[in-house]
Amino acid sequence: MTVASNATTIAMRGSSRGTGTVLIAALLLLIAVAAPFVLYPVFLMKVLCFALFACAFNLLIGFAGLLSFGHAAFFGGAAYIAAHTVKVWGWAPEFGLLAATAVAGAMGLVFGLIAIRRQGIYFAMITLALSQMIFFLALQLPFTHGEDGIQGVPRGTLFGLFDLNQPLTMYYTVLAIFVAGFALIWRTVHSPFGQVLKAIRENEPRAVSLGYRTDRYKLVAFVLSASLAGLAGGTKAIVFQLASLTDVTWQMSGEVVLMTLLGGMGTLLGPVVGAGLVVTLESYLASTSLPVPVVIGCIFVVCVLVFRRGIVGELMARLPKRGH
Amino acid sequence: MFSLLGVPPQVLFGQLLLGLINGSFYALLSLGLAVIFGMLNVINFAHGALYMVGAFVAWLLLTYAGIGYWGALVLAPVAVGLLGIALEKSMLSRLYKLDHLYGLLLTFGLALILEGAFRHQYGVSGQPYPIPAALQGGQNLGFMFLPNYRAWVVVASLTICFGTWFAIERTKLGAYLRAATENPTLVQAFGINVPVMVSLTYGFGVALAGLAGVLAAPIYQVSPLMGTNLIIIVFAVVVIGGMGSILGAIVTGLGLGLLEGLTKVFYPEASNIVVFVVMAIVLLIKPAGLFGRER
Repeated sequence: MTVASNATTIAMRGSSRGTGTVLIAALLLLIAVAAPFVLYPVFLMKVLCFALFACAFNLLIGFAGLLSFGHAAFFGGAAYIAAHTVKVWGWAPEFGLLAATAVAGAMGLVFGLIAIRRQGIYFAMITLALSQMIFFLALQLPFTHGEDGIQGVPRGTLFGLFDLNQPLTMYYTVLAIFVAGFALIWRTVHSPFGQVLKAIRENEPRAVSLGYRTDRYKLVAFVLSASLAGLAGGTKAIVFQLASLTDVTWQMSGEVVLMTLLGGMGTLLGPVVGAGLVVTLESYLASTSLPVPVVIGCIFVVCVLVFRRGIVGELMARLPKRGH
Repeated sequence: MFSLLGVPPQVLFGQLLLGLINGSFYALLSLGLAVIFGMLNVINFAHGALYMVGAFVAWLLLTYAGIGYWGALVLAPVAVGLLGIALEKSMLSRLYKLDHLYGLLLTFGLALILEGAFRHQYGVSGQPYPIPAALQGGQNLGFMFLPNYRAWVVVASLTICFGTWFAIERTKLGAYLRAATENPTLVQAFGINVPVMVSLTYGFGVALAGLAGVLAAPIYQVSPLMGTNLIIIVFAVVVIGGMGSILGAIVTGLGLGLLEGLTKVFYPEASNIVVFVVMAIVLLIKPAGLFGRER
């Protein structure tokens, strides 16, 4: 059985329940719009950035069956690009984000061309090794400022109209970016292209025999995922006015795997839930003396051993039973 | 004083020796990874963390029990091996029927736990570990100074590597192992207890990592972070060599260590990334790896 195939069949069944999905989406959007009046906006923006990052990652593992263990390279790499273009070159935030997304996409193209030559476990190791290379480059290149990172990035004015220094304006901008990214992923998954990806995940030799050039499909999915991860990273750099080495480490690659695994691989909402939980947990742990990596590692182990469908996957597996 | 390609020979040979030592560790670790992968189909992400645990066991034995290097050289690998068997029995063995990626994810979690726990307890700064009395000092070879301990590390790890190769490729036990790698069901039908063999293989593989940790303790400091940064390079080594052959893992490990040493002499900025660049080039030319079989 391939990773997450179980969860997706359930997810697909779920998404065919037309009006229900629209209602849930509207409700969630309403909650997201109202949230900054209840919760701390910076925290919510962090959740949204990581949620987009995890959704982008999930597009690969959940819908194309490719486990990338190097997504931090796109997330953190794009953060550096956004921070540098906005701070040093004085670009407007929208162009900084575009540049970040484009560079992450280009990196995804290069990574993809190399990594797609091997499958399964090798794919994971290759992406991990390549992202470690990006980490060393970020440590050594002059423009990234090594251990200090790029600090004090100005948020600027979006389209020359919206002052992003206002917390609420910034929040709704991030929300809009997230919704756009999520919609793109939703559209991709439900398109013929997405169906081919699922076919490749389930049985690649069969997809080849049906005449699909599977490597091209995988490459396009990889570039798309990398670009969206880059958009998330660039947004995070603007929100926190900082791009640092933390975002390019292998731990960050592991964290996005955990968010997706915890929420539910191959479900559309799973990564969002997982990102919310992990970010909440980390900000809670920061105030205790518990070592964060140990807790994260324990959740990883428990998820893999007994909770492979994740929260949303588990919920979806139970819902139809109740309906009958 | 003569010089080679504009580099003083002391520098060149010094870096080559350092490269050879790094290469010995790459070889030992990728050997363990290859043995485990062959039998369990699991990429052991915890390998680096267990290498770190091996070094820490040696340091703890010395600090709290007064047991020195030679005792640790035996006890630490045994301890790491037992830990490995316990992990295999309790967790890894539940995942064999699933996608191999779950094994990678589980061992990633284990690596985080081990590294985080030691980091929490001992901080990020390294603990020094003394070179044993019998191996202090060094030899003047005329063109360079060779510290005895470093020579010992290279000799010891090469001996272990080739010993393992011999045990797997040329002995009866090794034949069982290779047979079980090819077709576990059939081997079990012949009356061999395959689950026990799988546990022992994992224990042996991680014991090799523990041994590498003890060997490394006097050269690098004993630190919680020593393992994971190494393991990512070893992954690249494994991808370059291909996981099909034991000898391939050894040769690739040593070769890349030397290459890294040479890069440090001629273009130090690239020394951190040279292995990854080589990996990318090998993948573009020969995707199965230098010694791998296309599957």
